[in-house]
Formats: sequence, structure tokens, C-alpha cells
Amino acid sequence: MGNVIGIGASPKRKEDQRFLTGRGNYVSDIKRPGMTAGVFVRSPHGHAILRGIDKAAALASPGIIAVLTGEDVAADKLGSLPCGWGISDAKGVPMKEPPFPMLAQGKVRFVGDMVAFVIAETPEQADAAAELLTIDYEVLPSVVGVLEAVRPGAPQLFDDVPNNICCDWELGDKAAVETAFRKAAHVAKLSLVNNRLIGNPMEPRAAIAEYEPGTDRFTLWTTSQFPHVVRFLMGALVLNIPQHKLRVVAPDVGGGFGVKQFHYGEEAVITWAAKRVKRPIKWVASRSEGYVSDRHGRDHVTEAELALDEHGKFLAFRVNTLANMGGYLSTFGPNIPTNLYGPLLGGVYTTPAIYCNVKVVFTNTVPVDAYRGAGRPEATFVLERIVDVAASEMGIDRVEIRRRNMIPKEAYPYQTPVLVQYDSGDPMGCLDGALVAADVKGFGIRKAASASKGKFRGLGYSTYVEACGLAPSRFAGRLGARGGLYESATVRVHPTGQVTVMIGTHNHGQGHETTFAQIVSEKLGVSFENVDIVFGDTDRVQFGMGTYGSRSLVVGGAALSKATDKVIAKGKKIAAHLLEAAEVDIQFEAGNFSVAGTDRIKSFEDIAGAAYVPHNYPLEVLEPGLEEQAYYDPVNFTYPGGCHIAEVEVDPETGTVTLVNYTAVDDVGTVINPMIVEGQLHGGIVQGVGQALFENAVYDEGSGQLLSGSLMDYCMPRADHMPMMKISTHSTLCTHTPMGVKGCGEVGTIGSPAAVINAVVDALSHLGVTHVDMPATPNRIWRLLQNASLPVAAE
Amino acid sequence: MKPFAYHQPDQIPDAAKLLTSIEDSKLVAGGMTLIPTLKQRLASPVALVDLSKLGSLKGITDDGATITIGAMTPHAVVAASELVQTKIPGLAALASMIGDPAVRSRGTIGGSVANNDPAADYPAGVLGLGAIIVTSTREIAADKFFLGLFETALEPGEIITAIRFPVPLKAGYSKFKAPASRYALVGVFVAKFADGVRVAVTGAGPGVFRVPPMEVALSENFDPSAIAAIKIDNDGLTSDIHAEADYRAHLVTVMAKRAVDAALS
Ligand SMILES: Cc1cc2nc3c(=O)[nH]c(=O)nc-3n(C[C@H](O)[C@H](O)[C@H](O)COP(=O)(O)OP(=O)(O)OC[C@H]3O[C@@H](n4cnc5c(N)ncnc54)[C@H](O)[C@@H]3O)c2cc1C
Repeated sequence: MGNVIGIGASPKRKEDQRFLTGRGNYVSDIKRPGMTAGVFVRSPHGHAILRGIDKAAALASPGIIAVLTGEDVAADKLGSLPCGWGISDAKGVPMKEPPFPMLAQGKVRFVGDMVAFVIAETPEQADAAAELLTIDYEVLPSVVGVLEAVRPGAPQLFDDVPNNICCDWELGDKAAVETAFRKAAHVAKLSLVNNRLIGNPMEPRAAIAEYEPGTDRFTLWTTSQFPHVVRFLMGALVLNIPQHKLRVVAPDVGGGFGVKQFHYGEEAVITWAAKRVKRPIKWVASRSEGYVSDRHGRDHVTEAELALDEHGKFLAFRVNTLANMGGYLSTFGPNIPTNLYGPLLGGVYTTPAIYCNVKVVFTNTVPVDAYRGAGRPEATFVLERIVDVAASEMGIDRVEIRRRNMIPKEAYPYQTPVLVQYDSGDPMGCLDGALVAADVKGFGIRKAASASKGKFRGLGYSTYVEACGLAPSRFAGRLGARGGLYESATVRVHPTGQVTVMIGTHNHGQGHETTFAQIVSEKLGVSFENVDIVFGDTDRVQFGMGTYGSRSLVVGGAALSKATDKVIAKGKKIAAHLLEAAEVDIQFEAGNFSVAGTDRIKSFEDIAGAAYVPHNYPLEVLEPGLEEQAYYDPVNFTYPGGCHIAEVEVDPETGTVTLVNYTAVDDVGTVINPMIVEGQLHGGIVQGVGQALFENAVYDEGSGQLLSGSLMDYCMPRADHMPMMKISTHSTLCTHTPMGVKGCGEVGTIGSPAAVINAVVDALSHLGVTHVDMPATPNRIWRLLQNASLPVAAE
Repeated sequence: MKPFAYHQPDQIPDAAKLLTSIEDSKLVAGGMTLIPTLKQRLASPVALVDLSKLGSLKGITDDGATITIGAMTPHAVVAASELVQTKIPGLAALASMIGDPAVRSRGTIGGSVANNDPAADYPAGVLGLGAIIVTSTREIAADKFFLGLFETALEPGEIITAIRFPVPLKAGYSKFKAPASRYALVGVFVAKFADGVRVAVTGAGPGVFRVPPMEVALSENFDPSAIAAIKIDNDGLTSDIHAEADYRAHLVTVMAKRAVDAALS
């Protein structure tokens, strides 16, 4: 037995060796013989009729190879970019699904919409040629906000989508909710905005496409979180390339956060163009280009009402949301503010009746889709904010009102009124742990200390649950998924006993090469170093749905666990033969097969060797080789949750909010690698803090220009914004995943925005402030204080 | 980026000659402002004249009543200079607040002053201290140098060689950083001399400006309380997605008080 590093250990991440020594292999590192350069020409207008494109000057410029436009796409009869989810309204009427051409045809619908693809020998020549295109736009008024978009007389993006409403979706028992509201002792109301976000992965998107006439095969290297899905969507639905003639490779990818889990038009255009020009083409987005083309996240406007009895028990919850879809439907677009939002409105509470209406709205903005958390941060924010509002209005302590309504540990599995059934959880345990870790008892002293410096200190809670591990295919299919959501893994044992795993998830920062190797090391008793994880190449990996929705360990890890079990099962058969014992008497432990109760033993390496050199082997009943594959389709979502407590200090002179303490106690089920879990939580929390305090994608109404179009104007959270975080876990085991895991990739982003904003409101509550929209910028806080201080002064 | 010719002269007159003889040529100092505009194809000069080989433009000298900082001196060097820290600590502090370590190591005082970004820090220090901008052809008083949004009194072909700062009795800088860019949303430099106080504001409007009522009040009583009630007019101040004009006006008072505090500490 070698160096087993198993479940619960925190080895340093295997992949960091190559990243930290500059040996990562990203798309833009790849060079192909004869490679050309492509640039996309994008609409500078939010909304315009595309009258025509004069290519003549561009086609005469040095080094030019080709200029392709929407007319060429139409002439080649290529498909529209597909949407992976089809949702319906309450009457079962399907959503409006206008075509999303890969290069604009007839109209542009957002700043950044692609109108042409220019290919030249070098990137500089492609840039120069692109500037020579004469594009005739008839500019139309743009509409960028959801409230504006549904107003009568608003600019219409599509002729056949009245009022820009894609779908008027609902969930829950409307009548039961109305009845409960009639009986309520108190109704809390809240209007809020969930701010629009831009993902900003470290590595901008990029792609290289190549066509080999000899084999009639295409290869696309792309910055994707799910290469197999790109192969399917692009090959089968857009470009009509048979699956066996298309290879999609997503090598090292520098962060995704959801932004890279969609099939983008750029991928289709460059693959199609590579065959037309018979040369490989490379495109690398600039950061600025990413701002107007990477799918954005969030962007809701919501009215919520919570009905309570006289003791502060929640009777019913009603939520009406307008969700921005941008100019077209992106891959998962309509699924995010509906299926990943409404079912989370129960939270960790026993609210018996919930109703949610979401109007999904087109606007002249970049398409909106999943961004870390995707729907669940929005749901958690609405719920955890209104719980605080209700507590304050009814004069009940904020922790106490949560306790009164929390699902007790014994009540699991718990069926919510909004589709989902939580298998396990202990929200009260997380809350109790967090209260201690955050030293809530000492808060009064800290608040007084702040006050003596002229600062306001506040404490904010978020007790949340989320649904991840996407997803049970049958359930998802009923909700409108147009594909399966299982995962697959192949465990290939080499004749010498080392192991290569081929898995359908994609590692782009999550540490899979480490975590998955730990699972195999533990289960097979092989050295951690002797396990390699292969992902991101449709020619090497059998199949997969990729990485998003905190699914990799939950679904992919389960497939890996199953495949490993199959290896052990086959190994036992081989061992039984070699040890001349009955299969039932073979035990496998710590990397050795043995006959129970004897000292007869065969190592894992012996068995692997025998499988590939089958001289003494039961060939009549068993195939040689030791390689097993498993597909795993989950039976339910998983439901990580926890309690986050934020503590902030507000400088009333400038309006600056400083996050001074942050505590999280999360239930993520079994923890495979505590260091990686902690890292995922750190990153997730920082992203949530970014939404709460800093980040905001702002469009200009009318022109549709993105005003926060670079890092100079879009504020990302930075290290110096963060205090040291106190992170711990309080795990209950998931009852339906093989290892009890729940997923941890998004919990930080889901739990934190409400905790931070609740803390800001708490800090200002003595001035009559009841809500602060995100991001709580200094300017916004200062204005609130300006308005708030008047009535207070008069008291 | 479009192709351009590149020159690296080692004498100031040669640099000036290149600049005047090649139409559409541009000086490059640290390149922190210029290179991004080239990369985005917003500027496309035919030639760049690099000032980095002009040794006489680097370094900080003590002239007694003044200190002189060569145009090519990077922000990090000013921030770390014992001389500046001793004689004008507020200026060293200002330099240490510019951008990030990489920007401070490359960006130069000459480049910053020549560029006159409405949110840049140095213009507040230069105007607040009433410095002299020394160029290849003349000396220009700070009050006559900054003409508005990215505009200065520099003539075509004129090169800033140094900035000469009078040593004040006390000086302080307070900067409210714009959340994303960390340029000054509002920055106020306050300097007390034997003959009076100067207050210069950057970030709040289209260009750096002085606040005479605060100067008068502080000349009488150099204490934050002296200006706490002085509000500047919103008119002409910048409103953008980060801050509205009235908020910027409010911050001018707050930052001015804090600058006085810094000068006193
Ligand atoms: C990420 C980032 C953050 C920043 N943050 C801040 C900040 O917080 N505060 C702040 O004040 N600044 C900030 N800056 C700007 C920085 O200080 C720059 O260094 C400065 O504005 C320009 O100096 P430079 O030496 O890089 O000039 P360059 O970019 O080389 O030149 C700028 C302009 O000045 C001209 N020029 C340069 N030197 C001379 C000279 N000697 N005589 C005449 N003309 C000359 C050039 O022709 C050009 O037009 C930031 C920059 C970046 C990239």
C-alpha cells in the first residue's frame, strides 16, 4: 500500500504545481500550424436595424482572409443558438423563444451583439480590417430595465414578443397564499432590486477551431465548463456536424463562475469559419469584450410579502419578480430566475404556503444566465431580507423569529410547498454554532466601541438553504430541461496498478484533480500520486454534463464512486480465481484482496497485472482488463445550507461600509478535502460580498450603453475589502448521494449577500432605515442617511 | 495596437526635436496611461519618444526651501523617499496612495502631471503646494498649468523635466478612493505656508481646483473645525455612476477636514 491520501485529508492541490510554475495550458497558449486570427465585430448600439455591411475595404486590407456576416450564416442555413430549457406559463403555454442567430441578422439587440467575424493572418491585421467595415445601422431606442421593458409603449425587441415578456411563470398555490394573507396578524412588505453582475473570470474567453479535410473532423478548443454539451448543442443543433466528427477540448480554464457554461455564438462561428477558410483560427477576447459578451447574472426587480401570525410564525410568502433575460435566450437563461429561484423560497422555514410569479423579460442588454449561485442567491436574498423586515416590524428578535420558523432537524426529510424535498439538514445547529463563532454576545461592546469613534456597527444574519447537485434528470425534464443532467466517470486501472480517471465534469479552479484523486486513493488504496484525473476533451472522456451548479462532486463524484466500486467488484472476481477461493470470501481492504480469515492475499497491483496478462485468469467467465465506467443520475437535488453572520461598520460621514467580521457555519455534507472546501467558501463569500457592497452592471436607458464596461468602473471585491473569515462546517450527511456529499461551490455566494445587507440595515436601523439596495455603495448609503436623518432629527 | 516607430533619445533637446519633427509623435514615460490607450486603439501615434534614457529627469534633490522631483521619478520612489517623507510628508503619502504597486513602480510624476486626469492625485499636490512645473523651455506656476479636463499649458513639443515644490510648514492629503478604479473620487491636498494656506481638490470636477473660502478659514485657524461648515457648490461638479455631484461636494468638506488632520498629525 502506497501513500494513500483519502477522504478528510487536505493535501496541497495537485494542479497548483503547473499553475504556479506557469505551466498551465490555456486555450490562448495553444498554437496550431498555419493558425490565423479572428476578431468579432460587435454592435456599438443597444438596439438597431442592421441595414447592410460593406466589406469591400476590409477585404482589400493587408493579410485579410475572410469577412463573414449574418448573411453568410443564413446562406449556409445554420441553426439558431439553442436554449437548453423550455419553460411554460401557468396555462402551459411555452415561453417565447425567438431565434438567436450566431451573427446578427436584420437587427442587433444589445451592445456587443456580433455582426461580423473578420479573419486575417495576424490579430493586428484582423483588428485593422475590422475597422474598415462600413456598417449601416438605423439606431432604435433601447430599453434596458425590466420595469421599463414591460411598460406600454416600450421599445419592442421582437415583433412576436408583446411587451417583451418571454414567459409569465408561476409556482405554488396562489389561492392558499391569498387565504393565509387574509388571516395574517401582520404582513411585511419589501421591494428590492437584485443587482446585475458581470462574472469576470480571470481568463477571458477564447477559442481555436480547426478542420481536417483528411478525416472530415472538426476540433474546437474553447474556454468551456462543459465541452460535451458544447459538442452536442453546437454540432447537433447549430452547425449540423455529426457528433463523431467533432471534438471539443476545454483545456485548463482560468475560472468560470458560470460565465463559461453556455454555448456561445463565438464557438459556432469560429468552427464554421475554420472549414470555410481551411485554416485554424484563434480568437481571444479582451477584458473589455468580455464585459459586453460574457453572459451577465442576476438583475431582478422584486416585490415580496410575508404573512405572519401574532407570534411571528410565517403563514405564507408571496413573491412577484421581473427577471431580465437580456437580448436573447442564453443556454440556461429562462431556467435560472424560475426553476432555480421559486423552489428555494421556502428557505429553512416551515412556511406552509408560497406563491411566486416571475415575468421573464427581454431587454437590450447582454443575455443574462447562470452566475455562481444562479437563482438561489436571489431567492435567499428576498427571503432573508424580508424575515428581518418582519422581525423589526413585529418587534421580535431576528434570531428568535428564525428559530420560531426553522425546520427542526427531526422533521427531515422535509417537503416544501414549492416542489423540493430537503433530504437532510440542521439549520438550528448551524445557527447555534455561528452565534458562538461570531461572538454575538460580545457585539454590544463592539458596537459601543464603534460608536465612540462615530461609526455605526451592525450585525446581519442569513440562515439559508440551497439546492444543488444538478440534477435528477426526470425531475428536471418535467421542469423543462431539454437534456439529461447525470454524470459519468471511467476508472482505468493500468497493468501496473496506477489509475487514470476520465470524468465528464470540468476542473477550472475547484481542485477536482485533487479531490477526485483522494476518493480513488481512499477507495482503491492506491497512492494519491498514482491517480490522474482527465477531463475536458470529448475525444478522451466518454461523456459528461460539465461543471456548474455545485454538481461536480455530488454527481460526478458519485459516478466516480460507482465506477470505483465496479473495479473493486471485478478485482474480487479475479482475486477469487487467483487465491482459489469463493468470491464471497474475498475481502478488499487498504489496497489488498484477501481471503477472509486467512493470510492469503493479493495486492491491487497483482490483480491489475493479472487482468492485463491473463495467463492464470478465468477467461471463460471474465473479460481481461480492469476498466470500469459508471453513469450516475441523482435521485434528488442536494441541499447544503448554513448560517452566515456579517458584521459591518458604517462611516456616516462618507457612507463607507466596512466588513469587519464574517462568520460562516455551513452544512455541506461529507467533506472530502477541508482545505478546498474552505477555499470554495472563501471565494464564494467574497463574490457574495462583491454583490452586496461593490459590483453593479449599469446600462444607460435609451442608448443601451454599458456604463460599467471595464474594471475601472465595475468594482470587484479585493483582498483588502475582506476581514479574516471564520469558516467551519456543521455537517449532516446527504441521504441519497453515495458519499453523503452535498456540494460547496456556491454556498458562499448564496448565503452572504443577505447577511451583509442585513448587517448594513441593522447598523442604520436607529435612523429609520429599513432597506438598502445592493450594492451598498458609499454614495447610496450617504443618500439614505441624508434622507433618513431628517425625520430622526425632528423626533 | 497599431504599429509605431520607437525612439529612445538620451538628451532632452534630441527628445524635443523628435517630438516636433515627427507629426503625430508622442512622449512615453511610465506608459501606465498611454499604453492602454494604444492597446485599445484609442490613440495611434506614428512614433513614441521614450523618456526613460534621460538620466537628468530622474531623482529628487533638496534645494533647501524647495525640493525638486525629476519628471521621470516613479511614484514608488517619491513615496519611499526619506527626503520627501521628512520635508513634505503629505506628498509622500499622496504618492503612496496612487494605484497599485505595479502602477507606482512604472508611473511617473511627469506623466501624471502632463496627463492631468481629472481624478489623478498629483495635480492636487502640485496645485496645493503651489509648485513650479519645469519644462524643456520654461517654468510654469501650478496655478497657470492645469487648464481643465486633460488640458495643460504645455505647448506641442514641450517636455516636463521636473516639478519644484516649495516646502510647506505643514501639508496633508486625504483621498476618497473611487470604488472600482481607486483614482480619487475626491482628493484634497492642504498646505500651510508662512503666508497662508492652499487647498486643492481633485476628482470632484473636470479638473483640479482651489477652494478660496477654505483657504481663508484655515489661514486664520489651521484646524478641521474651521472648515467643517464650509460647503462647496454642486454646480460644475462631476456626476457619474459612482457619485452624484452633491455627494462629491459633501466629500470635499470631509476630505478637506481629514487632510488638515493628516497635516497636523
Ligand atoms: C491601474 C491604474 C491605476 C491608477 N491609479 C491611479 C491613481 O490612483 N491616482 C493617479 O493619480 N493615477 C493613477 N493611475 C495613473 C498613473 O499614475 C500614471 O502613471 C500616470 O497617470 C501617467 O504616468 P506615466 O508615467 O505612466 O505616463 P505615460 O502613460 O507614459 O504618459 C501619459 C501622458 O503624459 C505624456 N507625458 C509623459 N511624460 C511627460 C513629460 N515628462 N512631459 C510631457 N508630457 C509627458 C505622455 O505623452 C502621455 O500623453 C493609474 C494607472 C493605472 C494603469
